[in-house]
Amino acid sequence: MSTELMNAAQRADYDVVCDWVPQGARVLDLGCGDGALLARLTKVRGARGYGVEIDDAAIVAAMQNGVNVIQSNIEGGLAFFGNKSFDIVILSQTLQATRHTEALINDVLQIGKSAIVTLPNFGHWQVRWQLGVGGRMPVSKRMPYQWYDTPNVHFSTVDDFHAFCAEKGIVVERTAVLAGGKAVKFLPNVRGETAVFQIRR
Amino acid sequence: MDIPSDSVGFVTPTKVLFDRALPLSSGAVLHDFELMVETYGQLNAAKSNAVLVCHALSGHHHVAGYYRDQLKSEGWWENLVGPGRPLDTRKFFVIGLNNIGGCHGSTGPRSINPETKKPFGSDFPVVTVPDWVNVQALLADRLGIDSFAAIIGGSLGGMQALQWSIDYPERVRNVIAVAAAPKLSAENIGFNEVARQAIMTDPEFHGGHFYEHNTVPKTGLRLSRMLGHLTYLSDDGMGEKFGRELTGDPGDDYQFGFDVEFEVESYLRHQGDKFAGYFDANTYLLMTKALDYFDPARPFGGDLSAAFRKSKANYFVAAFSSDWRFSPKRSKEIVRALIANRLNVSFAEIESSDGHDSFLMPIEQYHQLLRGVFSRIVV
Repeated sequence: MSTELMNAAQRADYDVVCDWVPQGARVLDLGCGDGALLARLTKVRGARGYGVEIDDAAIVAAMQNGVNVIQSNIEGGLAFFGNKSFDIVILSQTLQATRHTEALINDVLQIGKSAIVTLPNFGHWQVRWQLGVGGRMPVSKRMPYQWYDTPNVHFSTVDDFHAFCAEKGIVVERTAVLAGGKAVKFLPNVRGETAVFQIRR
Repeated sequence: MDIPSDSVGFVTPTKVLFDRALPLSSGAVLHDFELMVETYGQLNAAKSNAVLVCHALSGHHHVAGYYRDQLKSEGWWENLVGPGRPLDTRKFFVIGLNNIGGCHGSTGPRSINPETKKPFGSDFPVVTVPDWVNVQALLADRLGIDSFAAIIGGSLGGMQALQWSIDYPERVRNVIAVAAAPKLSAENIGFNEVARQAIMTDPEFHGGHFYEHNTVPKTGLRLSRMLGHLTYLSDDGMGEKFGRELTGDPGDDYQFGFDVEFEVESYLRHQGDKFAGYFDANTYLLMTKALDYFDPARPFGGDLSAAFRKSKANYFVAAFSSDWRFSPKRSKEIVRALIANRLNVSFAEIESSDGHDSFLMPIEQYHQLLRGVFSRIVV
């Protein structure tokens, strides 16, 4: 994931991830960007582990942030890591930019005892409005790309992700839906901008 | 001669004598030995800022800087080392040495064998990467350095850096292994064998005792280098640099003969001639053999991660996209073994068309990463 994607709205889900990562956990951050989240987990949670990133500039930034970073594709590039070798694998705003999403989730749940996934919620009312009424693919601060030039190829809603997990026998341990950096309890699939899930096999 | 302000400037090598026996992996023992050493920057009071630079096949102690009154005497990794450069000599005390078996002043095949009072020649014992690491540790002892802030090397140099963290885990805090491999493949060994055969079948080789015949197996050495050099480049890089360009005037037709005609022929012949003019044929044999024997997993039943079990260093492993001699795949084997031991490791696969030789080039992404690695080292 490019560092451009690391915008302010995304930082809100960092808080949730930080809360959910236990003290001293072994973590793997897939699509770690500049390593800011990993650096924070190291500092706040005493977490240890690696980031995986493909982008050249992000790798340099991650090195400067003092985290361990492995330059690799996430898809098909996780052979570095042994089975259940991490307490938590993090996919922060990464999954929507992957091609073989289901295969990746399978890999991730193989490597990690559990995973924390954060996703933009495509069910947000503004998205529905732009597409349903405006008839155009949504462009927003959180998803600032035009349809013809976007890293994001697999959009989902909060409800979609729950349905996917149910169908595949994946346990959703926790869900947090956020808007404007705050938790959304009422109509999360409509009002939520970002969703955070903790899942395991 | 204009010397850039971020160069270490004029330097002078020192010869360090070790008046003690040196047992080697092969079982042979050197009676005593000398090392050619160069240093840059200042060793701090805590002796915690030392960085060892290990050389590859044809390298030596002259890593950086220039020799007074010698044109073109730039060190082989000049672009890396200096005040303000990625390996910053304002922060670090940098050490380069010529490994034993070398031909740049350290004890090697040209040295006098105390038993015969003649040059060792091919009687110089085969040396291995662990042997070199042991020697480097003795040099560190001599300088009062308990632990290196970092050990860095490319190719065969990277292998030494890795070996350090296996054999002396308490004595190295950061390992930087560039364009390396955990062991040579059959193809790698094959290239080395062709190179050795070129040298050993040269009639001027005289079983490795050519010094006594006042000659040099230049033809063989030249061929070795031409072959070796080819494997350090990449098809894309050579395409960019030479393509099918001819050496003659533009518009010239083919000469339908065997003289130098294509630019690439001219280049390889020049590289071969230059190398055969100064490098020692026995050293070339020894260096290629050290490469072939390198296999740190071997004492651990082939389990590379077991080899790193006692290691403690932080690692930076880098590979280059167009390097087919030691491809990124080979570096990834190293990274996987380090991760299996939960060691701190970062890995970068750097885009470059310069092949295996990339590790010596000032590629921006590469140098930015090295800058990052060195700047986060606490001394």
